[in-house]
Amino acid sequence: MKAVGQNIPHDSAVGHVTGEALYVDDLPPTQGEVLVDAIASPIAHGKLLGNNFDELRELPGIVGLYTVSDLPGHNRFGVIIPDECFLPEDVVEYVGQPIAVVAAENRRALRKAKQLAKLEIEELPPVFTIEEAIAARQFIGPTRTIQCGDFEAAWNEAEHRLEGVFHCNGQEQFYLESQAALVWPNEEGQILIHSSTQNPTEIQQVVAEALGLNFHDVISVCKRMGGGFGGKETQAAIPAVMAALVVRHTGRSARVAYTKDDDMRSTGKRHPFKIFYKAAFTAEGRITGVEFDLYSNGGAAADLSTSIMERALLHSDNAYHLPNACFRGTVCKTNLPPNTAFRGFGGPQGMANIENVVQEIAITLGRDAYEIRRLNCYDHGLRNTTPYGQVVQHHILPEILDRLEETSNYQERLQEIETFNRTSATELRGLALTPVKFGISFTTRFLNQGNALVNLYKDGTVQVSTGGTEMGQGLNTKIRQVVADELGIGYEQVRVMITSTEKNNNASPTAASAGTDLNGMAAANACRAIRERLAEFAAQHLSDAENGCAAESSCIHFGDGRVWDERRPNASIAFAELVKLAYLERISLGERGFYRTPGVDFNRDTGQGHPFFYYTTGAAVSEVRLDRFTGHLTLERADLLMDIGESINPGIDLGQTIGGFIQGVGWVTNEELRYSNKGDLLSYSPTTYKIPNIQDIPDTFRVDYLQNPNHQVNVRRSKAIGEPPLMLCLSVWMAVKHALSCVKPGAIPKLRLPATGEKILRCLTELDGSTSRTEEEIPLIAPSPLTTEPEPKRAAA
Amino acid sequence: MNRTHVTCMINDDETEFLCDNDESLLDALRDEVGLTGAKEGCGTGDCGACSIILNGQLICACLAFAPEANGGTIETVEGMADGDRLHPLQTSFLEEASLQCGVCTPGFLMAAKALLENNPDPTETEVRYAIAGNLCRCTGYDKIVRAVLGAAAQMRKNPIEGARP
Ligand code: FES
Ligand code: FES
Repeated sequence: MKAVGQNIPHDSAVGHVTGEALYVDDLPPTQGEVLVDAIASPIAHGKLLGNNFDELRELPGIVGLYTVSDLPGHNRFGVIIPDECFLPEDVVEYVGQPIAVVAAENRRALRKAKQLAKLEIEELPPVFTIEEAIAARQFIGPTRTIQCGDFEAAWNEAEHRLEGVFHCNGQEQFYLESQAALVWPNEEGQILIHSSTQNPTEIQQVVAEALGLNFHDVISVCKRMGGGFGGKETQAAIPAVMAALVVRHTGRSARVAYTKDDDMRSTGKRHPFKIFYKAAFTAEGRITGVEFDLYSNGGAAADLSTSIMERALLHSDNAYHLPNACFRGTVCKTNLPPNTAFRGFGGPQGMANIENVVQEIAITLGRDAYEIRRLNCYDHGLRNTTPYGQVVQHHILPEILDRLEETSNYQERLQEIETFNRTSATELRGLALTPVKFGISFTTRFLNQGNALVNLYKDGTVQVSTGGTEMGQGLNTKIRQVVADELGIGYEQVRVMITSTEKNNNASPTAASAGTDLNGMAAANACRAIRERLAEFAAQHLSDAENGCAAESSCIHFGDGRVWDERRPNASIAFAELVKLAYLERISLGERGFYRTPGVDFNRDTGQGHPFFYYTTGAAVSEVRLDRFTGHLTLERADLLMDIGESINPGIDLGQTIGGFIQGVGWVTNEELRYSNKGDLLSYSPTTYKIPNIQDIPDTFRVDYLQNPNHQVNVRRSKAIGEPPLMLCLSVWMAVKHALSCVKPGAIPKLRLPATGEKILRCLTELDGSTSRTEEEIPLIAPSPLTTEPEPKRAAA
Repeated sequence: MNRTHVTCMINDDETEFLCDNDESLLDALRDEVGLTGAKEGCGTGDCGACSIILNGQLICACLAFAPEANGGTIETVEGMADGDRLHPLQTSFLEEASLQCGVCTPGFLMAAKALLENNPDPTETEVRYAIAGNLCRCTGYDKIVRAVLGAAAQMRKNPIEGARP
């Protein structure tokens, strides 16, 4: 039986339910291990004034305390722009930035040192918001543009015009396992790092560079993560360097595990965006042109911000054909922790904006938003070229929309809801159907490669290792399934081994939803090479020349743990037996497979090209209920429909679909990052930062998939599923906007994302015409206290 | 500093350990006893990843002091299976694919076990209520609810031997 397509439980499922599966901080301590933590900046922007840590070094239990001068290698890092310091040289740029690394025998000593640390920092004027950064002209990288047609002409000739500003806030990844690293000294100055990272290769490189080692002196491994969601794509680096630095100075193994509070305060999140939009459209609702000016809050360093902006631009069309479009994207530099990857990687923000525009077009025209969506949706054959020049092919977007409209009873429910809203004084209901089109591939071409190592043992069992990391998404399970089928053996005969730079070098991060695509194909390629050698040998072994059956490797088949010649199927041999014989014949039983995605190419300078191998698409209908007196929001029902190709593992893909959607629902509803006017995150624990809990799941929740016979590419004709479902959440936010738009027909509710109860209430009050303080008057971050006339101040913390 | 000597039953084994007076029970289980099944998700009693059963009560181990366990009985995820035989809740989590990264899983299992011991036939609302103190960032909860309801049905059909009525 084939393994691909089966509902095989997650590779580590038994370990998870018994508690045996180990994460970094579960690994038992080795003799002499020390615990490591950071002394972090309490100031968002300031100058370091000769801090003296000698007193702390003398505290009982303290093993060492290290600052930038103790770093043997270089201090700058950053995957795109090397503008970030491991430890600050003279200026701190965000609250929570590590200033010194402290190593101790036990937790108590670590806590004491952190409490007693006296930092002398002269405050400098900070910049926190996009508005402040624009005013100060503080940007990261150049403004990037994607355009097609002639927006100006479309605007001038427009039958209808719309313009406004769309805001969306950030989001904390909230992986349940916080950032962690455990570093062991090895012989001759080499080190071994266990890191909870989506990118062991980058950990290897940054640690080597920080310590002044060669890459080959550092091994970086990752068995699994307790969630990543993008937050461990680059930001696992600082904790890894902290522990490695201690190992370098003490020769003892070193462990760092952030507390959730420290993790939330000091690491980057999904980028807040502010988008200025203009749209031209016909009386019928057809969009003739758009102009979007996107600004993101990048935080204090580049990190992945420019790539995230690129993806936001590349998804500013979502599923709509825009004949004349101009998208511009600028990353703002501020004094918040460097913002970073989070599932969707800019896609959600770009798509939220166009969906909001479409919703407002509908309100302006007094039409139903779904009509406008369906009218502008990418079509087949024509009206299917994106603003960046890639043609949307082999898709079933219109079919998905039509099907969902029908299966969710959209039209009847809409009627019923609008009638309800006209009569109810206590509640409002809303409904929205939104599509998702998400491009699969890294938009940076060279990252679209993967390698895998397949080792076959004499008993016929297999170990496979890839550069991909397991963070719960089920990558290892899918790799096992693919390998089992390639070799025609049982799933149990295959094991996926720990991810290590020692086996899989120069790997790309497990990101962009491409983990299975890249690593699965690399593993399949390795298996095919082995199978070819085995087939040649088996052909000899199974031939019967006397009876006219000469050795012919193309006649050899592998399946169900056996190998046979199609001309003599009864003379089959067990796979394990064949492997043993092949070994004796000195046939190589191992292979390193390699894969690069064909055809992808995108020119950043022209903003044109073919950045995506294919698209994963889908749509969702959500129905919400709002309490008119409290603003309380209830998600009553959600129907999801996606095209995910041929699923390698339906159980895992269903989990990704539901989990991604709900994570998105958190972003658009309750997850609100609040900072003090000093740039200190106030919502830094689950006490104040509300990720969806079980009570937030809709009572009626339907998930389905639509077959797409036109999708012929990719590993086993599957499609990437990691990120796309998240953006189905936009239907929830649009449903809220729909509900609010029923208060005063024709008036556009000025709703921000997330739609917290508080914001909904404010919007309601505004629409009802009673006085309310608007969002502009109570911004998410109060204006910086020091933007005018900085008075040098000393802060002791 | 003086360490406190604690004696208790953990998963039916008599266990002794030394701990600091202000050490959390979670840290003691993980660092002193070596049972790392209970996880620290938040350390502030908000996520349920550290859920264990102390003297028949579901608690957040991160909020209890280790010396409180003295003379008590502790159940953790490591003690759920009977040798190689998984508890029906564990099997149900496997069958329903109710886990992804798995960090939250031990906590959910403990919470669900505590629920089913008190209420073998819970409604979906009761299940949701009982595990509302546990956060999961990966699964979107739906399959977790299915797994708990499935296990409850299974256990009503085939009660586990030796289980408390
Ligand atoms: S770690 Fe105890 S509740 Fe989160
Ligand atoms: S499975 Fe990852 S947090 Fe629940």
